[in-house]
Amino acid sequence: MWERYFVFLKGLVHGDLGISIASQRPVLDDIEQFAPATLELASVGFLLALVVGIPLGIIAAVRRDSWIDHLARLVSLVGVSSPTFWLAFIMLALFYGGLQVAPGPGRLDPIAFPPPTVTGLYLVDTALAGDWAAFRDALAHLILPSLVLAAATLGLLTRTTRASMLESMQQDYVRMARAKGLSEWRVILGHVLPNALIPVVTLGGLAYANLLTGAVMTETVFSWPGLGRYTFTSAAALDFPAIMGITLIVAVTYLVINLLIDISYALMDPRVVR
Amino acid sequence: MTAAQPNGRSERPASAVAILSAAAPPVLEVRDLKTQFFTDEGIVHAVDGVSFSVAAGETLGIVGESGSGKSVTALSLMRLLEEPSRITGGEIRFQGRDVMAMTPGELRALRGGGIAMVFQDPMTSLNPVLRIARQLVETMVVHGRYTADAAAERAVKLLGRMGITAPERAIHSYPHQFSGGMRQRVALAIGMSNDPALLLADEPTTALDVTIQAQILDLLRELNRDFGTAIVLISHDLGVIAGVCARVIVMYAGEVVEEGPAEALLSDPRHPYSWALINAVPRIDRGALEGKRLTTIEGAPPDPLAHAAGCRFAERCPFRIAKCVEHPPLAEVAPGRRARCWVTQAGGSLVGPRAEDALAAEAKAEAKPFDHGVEATLARGERLLEARGVVKHFPLPRAGLFGPTRVVRAVDGVDFDVAQGETVGLVGESGCGKSTLARVLVRIHRPDAGSIRLAGQEIAQSQPSAIRPLRRRMQMVFQDPYASLNPRMTVGQILGEPLVFHRITKGARETSAHVDELLNVVGLSPKAAQRYPHEFSGGQRQRISIARALAVRPDFIVADEPISALDVNIQAQIINLLIDLQERYGLAYLFIAHDLAVVRHISERIVVLYLGKVAEIAPAAALFESPLHPYTRHLISAVPIPDAAIESRRQHLQLAGEPPSAIDPPSGCRFRTRCPLAQPICTEVAPPLAEHRPGHFAACHFAGQF
Amino acid sequence: MTATAARPALAAASVPLPASRRRRWLRRYGLASLGAAIILAWILVALLAPLILPYLPDTVEVTKRLQPPEAAHWLGTDALGRDDLTRLLYGARISLSTGFIVVVVGAVFGTLLGGIAAYARGAVEELIMRATDLVLCFPPIILALAIAAALGIGTTNTIIAMLVVWWPKFARLARSLVLVQRSHEYVEAATVVGLTPARILLRHIIPNAIGPLVVLVTLDVGNAIITFAGLSFLGLGVVPPTPEWGSMVAEGRELVEQWWVAAFPGLAILTVVLGFNFLGDGIRDWLDPKARRR
Repeated sequence: MWERYFVFLKGLVHGDLGISIASQRPVLDDIEQFAPATLELASVGFLLALVVGIPLGIIAAVRRDSWIDHLARLVSLVGVSSPTFWLAFIMLALFYGGLQVAPGPGRLDPIAFPPPTVTGLYLVDTALAGDWAAFRDALAHLILPSLVLAAATLGLLTRTTRASMLESMQQDYVRMARAKGLSEWRVILGHVLPNALIPVVTLGGLAYANLLTGAVMTETVFSWPGLGRYTFTSAAALDFPAIMGITLIVAVTYLVINLLIDISYALMDPRVVR
Repeated sequence: MTAAQPNGRSERPASAVAILSAAAPPVLEVRDLKTQFFTDEGIVHAVDGVSFSVAAGETLGIVGESGSGKSVTALSLMRLLEEPSRITGGEIRFQGRDVMAMTPGELRALRGGGIAMVFQDPMTSLNPVLRIARQLVETMVVHGRYTADAAAERAVKLLGRMGITAPERAIHSYPHQFSGGMRQRVALAIGMSNDPALLLADEPTTALDVTIQAQILDLLRELNRDFGTAIVLISHDLGVIAGVCARVIVMYAGEVVEEGPAEALLSDPRHPYSWALINAVPRIDRGALEGKRLTTIEGAPPDPLAHAAGCRFAERCPFRIAKCVEHPPLAEVAPGRRARCWVTQAGGSLVGPRAEDALAAEAKAEAKPFDHGVEATLARGERLLEARGVVKHFPLPRAGLFGPTRVVRAVDGVDFDVAQGETVGLVGESGCGKSTLARVLVRIHRPDAGSIRLAGQEIAQSQPSAIRPLRRRMQMVFQDPYASLNPRMTVGQILGEPLVFHRITKGARETSAHVDELLNVVGLSPKAAQRYPHEFSGGQRQRISIARALAVRPDFIVADEPISALDVNIQAQIINLLIDLQERYGLAYLFIAHDLAVVRHISERIVVLYLGKVAEIAPAAALFESPLHPYTRHLISAVPIPDAAIESRRQHLQLAGEPPSAIDPPSGCRFRTRCPLAQPICTEVAPPLAEHRPGHFAACHFAGQF
Repeated sequence: MTATAARPALAAASVPLPASRRRRWLRRYGLASLGAAIILAWILVALLAPLILPYLPDTVEVTKRLQPPEAAHWLGTDALGRDDLTRLLYGARISLSTGFIVVVVGAVFGTLLGGIAAYARGAVEELIMRATDLVLCFPPIILALAIAAALGIGTTNTIIAMLVVWWPKFARLARSLVLVQRSHEYVEAATVVGLTPARILLRHIIPNAIGPLVVLVTLDVGNAIITFAGLSFLGLGVVPPTPEWGSMVAEGRELVEQWWVAAFPGLAILTVVLGFNFLGDGIRDWLDPKARRR
């Protein structure tokens, strides 16, 4: 095993990630092929979590102990407590198998042709090609897996946003803002939110890790041809070069994301020494 | 960024008020206000039938300790209370309009428009992530009186008016870039931006240094005089009230207990609680000659969950009579003065038991120093602690990868002595290094340079293990009564630990007996040993801290601001306790505080620190009567005296500007940037600490020349 | 202007009565108790599994494969005709115990290292903190995946892989807790009294720092259970035919028609993890100093 590791390192220095045992192609090529699918899925999933999770957390904090607060806490708790692979299965079984409203696994219908590759993101490519039928098809296939992917991250975001909002709302400057005659929503959005979002941003790294983990599970269940499923198949086949390659790429992107988060934290909080 | 003129005069606009109040309706009229908190344990009657009024352009002071309901009253005025507190009765009228009946829209117009409020801690009341400009402009724009551009212009002018230099630049800064005094000026600018008729100031200077406090109080007087804004000033500090307010109301347990003109009330109180407050406060213009103990009353304010049926002060009142089981109304006791007391309403006066006499009679025994059995005890007067050239710097994280290493020069060469059985006071404002010095002296930190000798033994650079046996001779009492006791240990365990560790007692029974004795000495019941710190009040916790310090029978106690976090009356109790213990055990104290009056009362000699160096050392009386260092002179002048007559005639020496940074202190004499006597030599040569008179040292090239 | 209608602010004549002690306690700690109850129930059931179940987890009966839930098999059977309920309860043993082991061992190890780092400072602290940084570079499951793949399939190997990933967060937390404690005045007071550093650490710092650690441990057991199940789902983790919730879901992954095979094990995970989350949240609220009377 150590021998293999050494060979890997040597190859790394030359910018070569080795040959995948399973596909007999350079690992780098494999990664290039599968990356766009994961990018598309993860972006939509994260966006969903963001757009739903943060406002939900804000409202839950402002209307504390109301029905929406309880709902938000329930939803986030379940989201955080459910294993992603199971949630993926349930969604598939329910909406595809049971109710039959959603399309099956994969990015497109089995008989459809993928659009000409520009970015690798089907939503973008189909729009560029003007193929609106394919666009709708790709979109429909995206819904379930991105919902699943969003679930856990949404839970995290809502909980943290709510807690941070509650903490900020107890600060003296809120009372001062009210004493100035500002309306309640102005106080919440203009004074509380800029403070409350800071800890939420620093959670970005954790959220990203969640997404990656979720992607592995979700793609496997939905037969999504992305890096997640590639990870699964490589692990199952004990394809070491592939596993190494993936781990490395993931680590690098993780570092980059964390760096970006550190920068944005410094931008958001003027007290940080730049 | 400096404040206004150096030698401002302060005068109360008595004539102006008389004219205004005759013409206009009162700016604020409060009748029988009741505010309650609905807690899980029951209903707390925070404000229980409070009535007062404020005429246009008048200054009213509200005095009370914690739990009196003064802050809740202020918040109620603008209906700023949040669940679970609620106004449950009474009437509030602002310029004749009923505040309780206002719609949300009208209320928003009132807040920041007709009435403005300034809070205690400017660090937390300004939003840390928004620029000052934004926080100023929004309040003007929201009230519709200015467009965004006009507001921006006016904001700059306001900041300038409040005494901030270079306001065009300052306005784009963030709150954390300002000092405490400047932040409070910003808060005042925000408050005054819409020309309110009434300004509510809730303890606006409590979090500030004495000299900065003087500047802010001056500013308040100016605002009242120049703009005719009525001011309601809430404080626990009678000196602050005396300096700004024409009329005063005193609150206790949610009620107004006395009301009247400041001058009359402060010199001749008509309610026992006011009497106790006034007599419990040490005064800077009276030395320790008045009698070593302060008048205090035992006990603490009543439980707000269950008020007594009769007079709420009765259980602590030294003037109590039989009638006090009936609840007294607030009735007139003299023209223009009202008090809630049967005794004074019947014409009696409050010349009462002098607590100090009773205690003095008790504790006249000879001082018995502790017997350590280890080393011979020094005779009284011999040098117990000698500090020479003590230096302590703290490194700061570097700004950027290649920036220079910066240090905070917290203590930068300090010399002084403490003799056996003596009390030395250490004063200075924030940033002077007194807390750091305290911690270095007891070797919590190791000094970077200098020598510290305790009973002849050098401890500055020794290993902790070498110092350990000496710890029995030197102990410390800390400032924060909440943080200085381990919350997970019972009082008995906290007090027993040093006993067991130093083998003063053997076995559980002996330890327990000794603990009970310690509790007794500090005035607590032995039952306290089984309880946890959080079950006690602030004053009681400080007593426990003192008991812990006493456990090892030290010769010397360093007290780091031991009473700053306590109410006035409790402060007096603790001061009395410390004096008693000193007489009983022959203790020496290093008493660190920022409150000059307290330090004068308790100390024999005083050390004044400025920015990490000693400015002056002198016997207490000499320091206050003829100070040699200009800083000391300004410091003394800035301390407010709780006597309205004196305050109105007094000339405050204004200390210009802000204290310089301890990271990059001025060269030569550190005080030169703010000193009216500064000459070129002060920039080049740091003045040595020289003995200008016997026992009186000062570090100034022009000592005494003012 | 005395009518209540004209003074809306005073209209609250309906003043809420202070809730009774019982209702108060329920509101604050009801969920936490529920969580504790759930966990206890599962532990009980897992321990008593052989006694209460008529089947064995390995019994293969191909004739009875893929039966929906019915009287004889409450949760149905899987692809090899094994009783799902039995496999679920036996699986609880593995899932719960691996979750506990990983978190407890990781916490002890991590806390020790973190505490040492905080107290020793200097080079030792640097070394330990860089090590945590190194591990925290990677998203946990990817790293666990890589290590598990390298070591090979099997429960023990997977536990080891997870341990490598799990200890740093505890080290980080422990270090920051100790650092905060050190600047508390009662710790300074203990120094002035003359106590030795060891005694201060033991009697003053640790009892006060342990609260947040306990909260993290409780909340993290749920995470560990999910992660282990996830690894088993991916084919690492347990060796078949050992029943384990994650691998059971994997077996039923493609069986959309026979949904019970994959649904129930996942549901089991959900309930257990919810239990731990309830309990952890409750402990955190209980320890919150704002809730204490001062």
